[in-house]
Amino acid sequence: MKVRARDAKELWQEEFEKAPVRDDGIETSTISGIPLKPLYTGDDLPRREEELPGQFPYTRGIHPSGYRGRLWTMRQFSGFATAEETNRRYKYLLANGQTGLSVAFDMPTLMGQDSDAPTSRGEVGHCGVAIDSLADMETLFEGIPLGDITTSMTINSPAAILLCMYIAVAEKQGVPASKLGGTLQNDILKEFIAQKEFIFPPAPSMRLVVDSIEYCAAEVPKWNTISISGYHIREAGSTAVQELAFTLADGMAYVDACLERGMHIDDFASRLSFFFDAHIDFFEEIAKFRAARRIWARWMRERYGAQQERSWKLRFHTQTAGVSLTAQQPELNIARTAIEAMAAVLGGTQSLHTNAMDEVLALPTDKAARIALRTQQLLAYETGAANTIDPLGGSYFVEALTDEMERQAEAYFKRIDEIGGVIPAIEAGFFQKEIADAAFRYQNEVEQKRRIMVGVNEFTVDEEEPLEILRMDPGLESQQAERVREVRRRRDQAQATNALNRLRKAAAGNDNLMPYILDAVRAYATEGEIMQAMIEVFGTYTETAVV
Amino acid sequence: MAGFTGAPGTGKSTLVDAVIALLRKQGSSVAVLATDPNSPFTGGAIMGDRIRMQRHALDGKVYIRSMGARGHLGGLSLATREAIRLLGGFGFDQVILETVGVGQSELEVAAVADTTVVVLTPNLGDSVQMIKAGILEIADVFVVNKADIDGYARVVAELRTMMNMAPKREWRPPIIPTIASRGEGVDKLWDAVLGHRKHLATSGKAQELVERRLRDETAEVAAELARERARRALEDDPALAERLLNDGTPYRTAEEILDRKG
Amino acid sequence: MPKTATKPVRIVVAKVGLDGHDRGVKVVARALRDAGYEVIYTGLRQTPEMVVDAALQEDAQVIGLSIHSGAHMTLFPAVVDELKRRKATDIVVFGGGIIPDDDIAALRKKGVAAIFTPGTPLQEIVDWLRKRFPES
Repeated sequence: MKVRARDAKELWQEEFEKAPVRDDGIETSTISGIPLKPLYTGDDLPRREEELPGQFPYTRGIHPSGYRGRLWTMRQFSGFATAEETNRRYKYLLANGQTGLSVAFDMPTLMGQDSDAPTSRGEVGHCGVAIDSLADMETLFEGIPLGDITTSMTINSPAAILLCMYIAVAEKQGVPASKLGGTLQNDILKEFIAQKEFIFPPAPSMRLVVDSIEYCAAEVPKWNTISISGYHIREAGSTAVQELAFTLADGMAYVDACLERGMHIDDFASRLSFFFDAHIDFFEEIAKFRAARRIWARWMRERYGAQQERSWKLRFHTQTAGVSLTAQQPELNIARTAIEAMAAVLGGTQSLHTNAMDEVLALPTDKAARIALRTQQLLAYETGAANTIDPLGGSYFVEALTDEMERQAEAYFKRIDEIGGVIPAIEAGFFQKEIADAAFRYQNEVEQKRRIMVGVNEFTVDEEEPLEILRMDPGLESQQAERVREVRRRRDQAQATNALNRLRKAAAGNDNLMPYILDAVRAYATEGEIMQAMIEVFGTYTETAVV
Repeated sequence: MAGFTGAPGTGKSTLVDAVIALLRKQGSSVAVLATDPNSPFTGGAIMGDRIRMQRHALDGKVYIRSMGARGHLGGLSLATREAIRLLGGFGFDQVILETVGVGQSELEVAAVADTTVVVLTPNLGDSVQMIKAGILEIADVFVVNKADIDGYARVVAELRTMMNMAPKREWRPPIIPTIASRGEGVDKLWDAVLGHRKHLATSGKAQELVERRLRDETAEVAAELARERARRALEDDPALAERLLNDGTPYRTAEEILDRKG
Repeated sequence: MPKTATKPVRIVVAKVGLDGHDRGVKVVARALRDAGYEVIYTGLRQTPEMVVDAALQEDAQVIGLSIHSGAHMTLFPAVVDELKRRKATDIVVFGGGIIPDDDIAALRKKGVAAIFTPGTPLQEIVDWLRKRFPES
């Protein structure tokens, strides 16, 4: 006798309630706290018109051909101490199949300081490459044809300076700016919210971002001017929903700022890109990526009135979650990274960085870096994940979760609006508090074993085997300090000084600063000098800490 | 001694930071007491007021001390009063007290400060309904910070209306607009504080305040001592505790404890 | 029962150097507050001099530093040295962040009392402080 669907479901419900349930105390909600049902069925499938890849609102992907058309870019973030060593590592990775470059800078460079500045002491070259002037940039890309590759540069407050250096190096290679492709992170709002690498106050910081977007729209049209980032927000402790909502809200704030400058939406929107985290709660991440595309497309078309399709399409880079890695039994990180990378691929990312297993402890060794890259290649070629577009489309669970994340993100947009927008919300400490609360909540859940970190609060070993990690040569700092002093000695002083003076004057006015920064860069003014010229006009920013 | 109080989000710390800068320019040494509430349950506290005054770090003539408002929900503690006394004794030219305006802290600041500065901002959600009862009576100077924001004129107008309706005081608190993040209006703010001080001196109020404060503080100290004594008595004397349980009310027991010697 | 009579242990908690990753330090600050300590959070981009000066002004018994940038071998010893210079070597220094095991041994030798690496339960830090300061 055939059992009716309704009866079958009721039957399942009865059986489920009768069956024993695990009582290990572990949370069955997502990391964002979204409660999960034990089973999703056809009744949970949202009622809507069928969505298709390459069609508004792009939930199932922005390209009709998905990865059948082109695989995601395998873009491993790297940088070490000196430009020479980094240049070597780039050539190694390109030879091993990496398809795009990604530059990690050291702390002094990220903070706009030269390697010989007193506050750079002990910090040079530890978490990336030290770039003090155009000379270092030339070394970094020596022998790498900028016209043939794309490069992503992860830098924020001084982003405009580094972009100008890249353009100047390309000039010397004979490559016109109009041919250059790549991405600049350049997302200052998330610095105020999460990563805290801000220098200038919010208003002049936004001005510089808009200057770079405006300049590139005209002069470097293939360049992704900004990588609006959720990664750092997530790593600071936010939930997936918060990552989604705060990132898209930041995106809208940038759009508003560009429109206020007088730009037309379709002139810049297609070059805005995004950067998300791929965390370990597998399905929530996939739903997050799908929801992001849908939300952005709707806002761009319906609220901002963008006419061109390419303005509606959200493109993003993903990095697997640094905070999910453990120092204990670090080989497990290979497995974690693979799962997180799979989520990014099933979520349709355009490019991907996979973490190396030893990154909790230090910059990656060659071997660990290679394993990380191979993990992507394994996903692309062995698992079949790239053979079907949006394979989880239509899954009762994933579709329901996508909708739920969209709903919760919209609720956040309302709250941010009520405060008056992203910048007032930053000044009121709204994002920072949400993030700090979520981080604390998660930590408590881990301490109470309601969430497990294998090797850390469960399945530990008594004796950890020491892992071979990469050590920086301590002599490199003084070498780099001497190098920048040498650059200052050998350049045309008058040219550098004049360029800095003109920049300072322009900063006090309303001109787009990019051409002035480019001149200063060409004159071998150092990064620190260029930043200082702008600090003299813009001042610096101290945050009101929200603990 | 000037006390600054205001709700979170009014930019009070930024304002105090700007005042310190002004005073330093004038060559004065400054001590700042910043109070934050202790958790009534754990006794712990997180105090982050120093951050807003970063630029004065390592200035030998600026002393910043964070204090928990121990035992007082959102208010001041006896330790704070003692600290104020000490700081004056150490020879700081100016002493500033900063509290976050929660609970009854505004009233407590007023009990301790010579001049109470209440900081408001235009966009506190609703209008001056946000201003709590009692503020009009205790404020010696009103500051409307973030004066460049929409709604500034309305806050000032409403403040003036409320002041007109309230009972007249000898001193009419001026309303000073500031943009603390730019350091604007801070000089006028300090002039207002000095103006109030002069008023206290010439009107004889200053001496009155000193006496009143000392008396208040004595009562506070006595209360604290009595509280301790009561707790100890109930712990050490089981017969007393039993009588209390039989009574079911505290009054007789309390009187008995106070009557005891030691 | 409100704790008014006992004097809480005061801890200055800070990030020294250029790195801005404050998730860990904020979570630890909350845990310490919940354990009854008075935590003075001095924020980001502190120099060793600023941290020690704050600890002296605040009469703190402990300094806690968080460093994720790899500059720990320079910055921790600099704080210890500054405490020596200011004649305040009774102040206990501990910390956390991205610090490899061999470096921990070296830092302990230089006068850092304890280093808590990623994955350490908050309770462990609290327990260590309680042992160090039994009356709190």
